Amino acid sequence: MEITIPPFDLKSIAPIILITIAGIVVLMTDVFFKKLPKETLGYLSFLAVLITGLITFSQTGSPVYSFSNTFVVDNFSIFFNYIFLMSTAIVILMSVNYLHQEGVNFGEYYTLILFATMGMMLMAGAADLITVFLGLEIMSISLYVLAGFKRDRLESNESALKYFLLGAFATCFLLYGMALLYGATGTTNIKEIATFITNNHAFSSPMIIMGASLLIIGFGFKMASVPFHKWVPDVYEGAPTSVTAFMSAGPKAAAFAVFLRVFLISLPGLEQKWSVILWVLAALTMTVGNVVAIAQTNIKRMLAYSSIAHAGYVLMAIVTASSLGTASILFYLLVYVFMNLGAFAVIIILGKRGEENLRIDDYNGLGYKHPIMAIVMSIFMFSLAGIPPFAGFMGKFYIFSAAIKSGYIILAIIGVINSVISVYYYLRVTVVMYMKQPTREFAPLSLSPYIILALVITIWGTIHLGIFPSSIIELAQKSVLLQ
Amino acid sequence: MSFPILTVVTFLPIVGALWILFIDKRKEEKIKQIALITAIGSFVMSLPLFFKFNLATHEFQFREMVPWIKEFGISYHVGIDGISLFLFLLTSFLTCIAILASWTIKERVKEYMIAMLVLTTGMLGVFISLDLFLFYVFWELMLIPMYLIIGIWGGPRRIYATIKFFIYTMAGSVLMLLAILAIHTLYYRETGEHTFDLLTLYNLDIPMRTQFWLFLAFFFAFAIKVPMFPFHTWLPDAHVEAPTAGSVILAGVLLKMGTYGFVRFSLPFFPYASHQFVPIISWLAVIGIIYGALVAMVQEDLKKLIAYSSVSHLGFVMLGIFVFNIQGLEGSILQMVNHGLSTGGLFLLVGMIYERRHTRMIGDFGGLAKQIPVFTVFFMIVTFSSIGLPGLNGFVGEFLVLLGTFKTNVLYATLATTGVILSACYMLWMFQRVMFNKLSNKKNRDMADLNRREWAIILPIVMLIFFIGIYPKPIISRLDVSVNHLLSQVDAKYKKTVNRLKIAEEKLVLKGDPLWK
Repeated sequence: MEITIPPFDLKSIAPIILITIAGIVVLMTDVFFKKLPKETLGYLSFLAVLITGLITFSQTGSPVYSFSNTFVVDNFSIFFNYIFLMSTAIVILMSVNYLHQEGVNFGEYYTLILFATMGMMLMAGAADLITVFLGLEIMSISLYVLAGFKRDRLESNESALKYFLLGAFATCFLLYGMALLYGATGTTNIKEIATFITNNHAFSSPMIIMGASLLIIGFGFKMASVPFHKWVPDVYEGAPTSVTAFMSAGPKAAAFAVFLRVFLISLPGLEQKWSVILWVLAALTMTVGNVVAIAQTNIKRMLAYSSIAHAGYVLMAIVTASSLGTASILFYLLVYVFMNLGAFAVIIILGKRGEENLRIDDYNGLGYKHPIMAIVMSIFMFSLAGIPPFAGFMGKFYIFSAAIKSGYIILAIIGVINSVISVYYYLRVTVVMYMKQPTREFAPLSLSPYIILALVITIWGTIHLGIFPSSIIELAQKSVLLQ
Repeated sequence: MSFPILTVVTFLPIVGALWILFIDKRKEEKIKQIALITAIGSFVMSLPLFFKFNLATHEFQFREMVPWIKEFGISYHVGIDGISLFLFLLTSFLTCIAILASWTIKERVKEYMIAMLVLTTGMLGVFISLDLFLFYVFWELMLIPMYLIIGIWGGPRRIYATIKFFIYTMAGSVLMLLAILAIHTLYYRETGEHTFDLLTLYNLDIPMRTQFWLFLAFFFAFAIKVPMFPFHTWLPDAHVEAPTAGSVILAGVLLKMGTYGFVRFSLPFFPYASHQFVPIISWLAVIGIIYGALVAMVQEDLKKLIAYSSVSHLGFVMLGIFVFNIQGLEGSILQMVNHGLSTGGLFLLVGMIYERRHTRMIGDFGGLAKQIPVFTVFFMIVTFSSIGLPGLNGFVGEFLVLLGTFKTNVLYATLATTGVILSACYMLWMFQRVMFNKLSNKKNRDMADLNRREWAIILPIVMLIFFIGIYPKPIISRLDVSVNHLLSQVDAKYKKTVNRLKIAEEKLVLKGDPLWK
């Protein structure tokens, strides 16, 4: 018997290999060089992310399928890799001091972050449902551990357990959906599913529709869309702040990447059906996220609901199922990385040991005491609220223009009304910073060169992409999926 | 390329703000001086626009165009015509006055001046933008500093007032953003070209049903800003809580952005819908005129009284815009400038006595005429200007508006005229209670008259009040060509739609517009 080993192209997965090796090296260094300051592991990981970024950059070009068409490198996945690597790099910079301050300075933190990043990259490049699942699980399991990283704190444990239980539950839906699709079409390959559906005119096969619905539930959980969002506030609040920042950016982007690829490439024939469901989900997600965010007093919870709302805006762009919509998502997610991680960086700087200073009222009078921090935070808040000339406005503008061009006027109106609602709670942060007197002494800022670098990067991104977005928009337009 | 005068004037304040950013916040005197110098610099630089303005053409002048975001067809395109010229000049003028009036700010001078200068750039940008996207960016840009000015340096209920101001304005403007995107999309569908350029998009012929909805979206944005009855409730709150300079800018410039928006965007883009909306807008304007005047009459707080008088005066402006004749429109534009001067002046004067007595309640004053005669004279002139006394600026604008309105609808004009009478009532009654009678309140006895800085603030305004009142020709002559062109442009497009409607009715094929899905 002759076994043919399919050709495998290591070059295409070079970034993934590199980041995996980096994760293992960090882990081993931690084990064998116990005396090494943990910060070194942070630099090492940061360096690995930078090099991976450079390799990713060199991959740009026409799509390359490898590993029996289970993995693909195209501009779409490369753009997402930029998003992941950018967010990971910023999070690593934010973490170095934070971990030390919170007394959880363990080396495996960086390993888990790198592994999670690897999972996301696998998801973005997945051309087969099995690869999707593989990437998703690698990412999720790393995140479950990270959420509970402060093992001596109750909230952190609660966060991890909730995330794990609900995440596992959602994964079941996802797997079930994949199984149904496989059962109906006889393949797990994303492209072949599309071919099967078109060739057999299986647009209303109940099994395929059922499978697609279950996929929406599974991905909806990871994207934190309403009504699958219940885990978000508790998990975000309990997890260490740097992990919350990490979870709010990369993993969500990864879920969107997979969602776009699966639905735009393998199920475009069913667009009529799923776009209606997503229409409702988008409207619900935006509205619930924004309305509930108003009632929050804890800034991490507020940002959790705000991230739900932002997922709603992205869903609105998915509904359009157009290349313009996809480009707007790419742009928006990148912008979101900058502004949201920036806000979290400020929270970390102002935080004290033991997760204190997290109520919005704790920021009373910040503008008098630490004017620069207050200005920086205001910029992120205004950007999140979508007010020009910051990047958040450009991102929203792009998404709304995609919605209008595809004729989804009502959804766009719901979207802009939501932006107005969101203004209220983002403004509240600036209100307490500038318009209230300090209620108590501020602790000295926990500044370090790394977190300052993180702030500089995020501020630069938030302002630059707001005023000169041209080059990134062009890149995003080149990176849309080719069906 | 010639000297980019508009860009320089518009962005000079931002440069000043950046300069202040690097100055030690304890050097308050120096910060104030820099702010004033940049504001005056910006104003002086804007004067050549007035003198070199070409009276013969309706085309936009001093144009500059640089591609900005090519993917969407967005460019940095600015220019000025007769309609925007005076609002632009008014803005740069009032900024100098407002900064001079802010000399008494004690807290956080550095932040205040930065906010003020950024605000100026936003406002100036709104009036010169010839690109819808650019317009929207400037429109929103000025929200943040105004929000901070009211919220940080305002009165006791400042937080409530500033959030209300921000959310009202934002609610209107996001709908406008959608409408802007819709116009862009319509043009793209027709020609396959991405553009946000105003002059290009003017050529677009929007289907009538779409016009209706888009007009409504723009209407909310502008009507809230004006503010028209019943969207006016944010205005008294914002005015009462804002610091003096904030009120001056708010009344003098921000409100004009709404009326300017109607003239620049609503009329030429949606002529058919504009005509359809005439009854609604005119009635709202008339109600605003009378309601504003009646409510102003019973106010105890001077600032609130002036705020409600703004609602009344802007009703005239709105009425004049929607009569579609040259007198009405020119009167409206002139009235925008006049209202900026007279109401701005009133707020400045009220600010001056507030600084002396820390109260704005009419009941706390009385008999000030003997105590502070110079102040009283200035207050009288500005009050008369606000009432519309012949010989002062307010008369010319109001007269033209009423003339234009009489030509089209006698009922509206008659009702609006009662507003003129009412305004005389409440202003004179207020003046009498504050200035005449006996000096009964002892605390008023040691009030000082105007100092030199206050002379410098109020004198230029009073001079302009007289100048426009006596010799408005330099202004009217610069308006003529642009306004005529605008009206003929609107008229031609309106007739075209009506004709098409007739043909369509004959064929009985009134189908829906393709924009909806």
